[in-house]
Amino acid sequence: MRPLKFLLIKEFKQIFRNRTLLPLIFAMPLVQLLVMPLAADYEVKNINISIVDNDQSTFSRQLISKISASKYFRLIESNFSFQESIHKIESDEADLILEIPRNFEKNIYRYGSEEVFIAVNAINGTKASLGGSYLSSIIQDFGSSIQPQISSIQPSSLMKRIELSAINWFNPYLNYKVFMVPAILVILVTMVGAYMCGLNIVKEKEIGTIEQINVSPIKKHHYILGKLIPFWVIGLVVFSIGFFIVARGVYGISSQGSLLLLYSYLALFLVAILGFGLLISTYSETQQQAMSVSFFFMMVFILMSGLFTSIDSMPEWAKVFAYINPVTYFIEVMRMVVLKGSGAADIVKHILIMLGFAILFNVWAILNYRKTS
Amino acid sequence: MKTFHSQLSTLVKKEFLHVFRDNKTLLMLFGLPIAQIILFGFALTNEIKNSNIVICDYAQDNASQQLIEKISASDNFLVKDIITDRNQIEAEFKKGDVKLVVVFPNGFEEELYQKGLAQIQVIADASDPNTASTLSGYISSIVGEYQQQINVGNNSPPIISPEIRMLYNPELKGATNFVPGVMALVLLLVCVLMTSVSIVREKEKGTMEILLVSPMNPFIVIIAKAVPYFFLSIINLTVILLMSVFLLDMPMNGRVILLYLVSCILILCALSLGLLISNATETQQAAMLISLMAMLLPTVMFSGFMFPLENMPTALQAIANIVPSKWYYIIVKSIMIKGLGFMNIWKETFILVGMTAFLLLVSFKKFKLRLE
Repeated sequence: MRPLKFLLIKEFKQIFRNRTLLPLIFAMPLVQLLVMPLAADYEVKNINISIVDNDQSTFSRQLISKISASKYFRLIESNFSFQESIHKIESDEADLILEIPRNFEKNIYRYGSEEVFIAVNAINGTKASLGGSYLSSIIQDFGSSIQPQISSIQPSSLMKRIELSAINWFNPYLNYKVFMVPAILVILVTMVGAYMCGLNIVKEKEIGTIEQINVSPIKKHHYILGKLIPFWVIGLVVFSIGFFIVARGVYGISSQGSLLLLYSYLALFLVAILGFGLLISTYSETQQQAMSVSFFFMMVFILMSGLFTSIDSMPEWAKVFAYINPVTYFIEVMRMVVLKGSGAADIVKHILIMLGFAILFNVWAILNYRKTS
Repeated sequence: MKTFHSQLSTLVKKEFLHVFRDNKTLLMLFGLPIAQIILFGFALTNEIKNSNIVICDYAQDNASQQLIEKISASDNFLVKDIITDRNQIEAEFKKGDVKLVVVFPNGFEEELYQKGLAQIQVIADASDPNTASTLSGYISSIVGEYQQQINVGNNSPPIISPEIRMLYNPELKGATNFVPGVMALVLLLVCVLMTSVSIVREKEKGTMEILLVSPMNPFIVIIAKAVPYFFLSIINLTVILLMSVFLLDMPMNGRVILLYLVSCILILCALSLGLLISNATETQQAAMLISLMAMLLPTVMFSGFMFPLENMPTALQAIANIVPSKWYYIIVKSIMIKGLGFMNIWKETFILVGMTAFLLLVSFKKFKLRLE
């Protein structure tokens, strides 16, 4: 164990002496954790609507004011030409057009029914379908509200109605930040750990100092451990600062579940992800190679982890990628333990899989590390 | 002028050799965008499908049966289990795979037909608020349909019926929104990443000293660094475009040549940013840390394809304005999907040109002739 001790002293000294890197390692994740969750808001609101009112009647004006009173829509203009509104869609100023036909009010009185025309910018499918259905329901509501004015038949009191009451557990105010902060923290810890650790060995290769280690009696696993432990500690520290200062202090998120469980999982996760970084570095000769490989995996890890988009909605083959991604599991565990207070029994599967990753990556890295070049 | 030319061509040749001799990096440079476009183009969507739900049916009557059937028939839900005890709900949520529970109270049908008013409770796991509210919305529209169905005969047709047309993307595919975003992301990050290391690498290895004491013009040294990556990025762009049109079924409604020209501007912008990072840092690690850790998440989040920019606080919207990929994303959507011409995107193009000029200027300023 003595060689390991000296290796650790060496690594820590190198890290703490690097005055440009050290602040970056700590400051960057924290700044991002502070800012990013504010940007993550999916909720479909502020839909810009452009209305073409060809009728200019009492009904059309009532309908317009009903729409602009809704919290979902922002009326940007009302004009007389559909062409003009299409231009607004092209320039992204409007998301949606409502065209009220000429003789709208007259036809309602005469025939008891009338059509209106909605055109939606559907590039973002989700926003389009929600916007379209919000608008339809406002229009239908308006239709029912003018019913008494146009016919003598009163709406039947025999209508059977089903009332829905929605209850939101774990996050009653549907606060998106609560959902995002723990997951973004996971990504940041992953980046700090995997990159720094991965680049570290390659740096020694590139500079040539690894030769000196290779000719010494230091064992392979000592060397790997010597690289792993410092970044493991840094990972824990970055996580703790992020979790207690930013998540709790700024966003008021504290864990519903056991902290011990969370930290044990973090410790395991760090071993796995650092092992992954080491693995990359044993395969690369230059830092540029190591970096482009880890960049590739980082993007896949982030975008396929369920951080932003739901894994359930992915096609089956893509789910396979999502579930061979260690980050997916830690994000799930964070959200389960922190937000719902899940216990160890609920995350047994996650623990076993992460253990598997940890063993696989590290053993592979040790086997692949050659003391000869 | 002649020396300028020959110097440049010599240096460019040197840089190309550097790039082409490093097989692994080259493989990454080309493999990475291809893999990512395919993976993310197919996999990313903000639709919510196949969500596991549980039904807690105290009623067990015809009406609740019919509704459960309607719910199970929907794409959005997979009914995982039907239970008869509320106390199981919390445990189900904690295991994590159930997103929503629909509770039918005792005597649901009776209430519905006798009193004309029945209750259903929807309990959502709101730790994911987006999924929770979307799923509740789906349930409520299914229930609404059912309600209309049982009220048939009692109901007159709606007075105003809206006719909805979905422009540009009638099938509401996720790829239409995500592919331009991923394009912006991949092009920008790959260029920044590769160039940012280039100069620092020579500094770290000590070969920069040699270049600087040589009769080469120092500005040519910098420009030559960017040239190979520029050409590689153009090839990348071509591959990405071919794949998104032929594999991911993206439309190509505008002029291809215009898209190329604007993409060149984005690439130049990314290269200048990379050079700036490279000039400002001393070690490769620092350069990579900045170009990856500092840029990855912000680029993903501020481009506008993940989260709607208009929902963000004003300060963050301002930050988003300095992210080049935001403007490029708008341009790609306008050209590829909406089929617009230059007149509609000159503003965004102009902004990208401005950014490029600014970044180049700063990086030349930062370039030090003497290293120590």
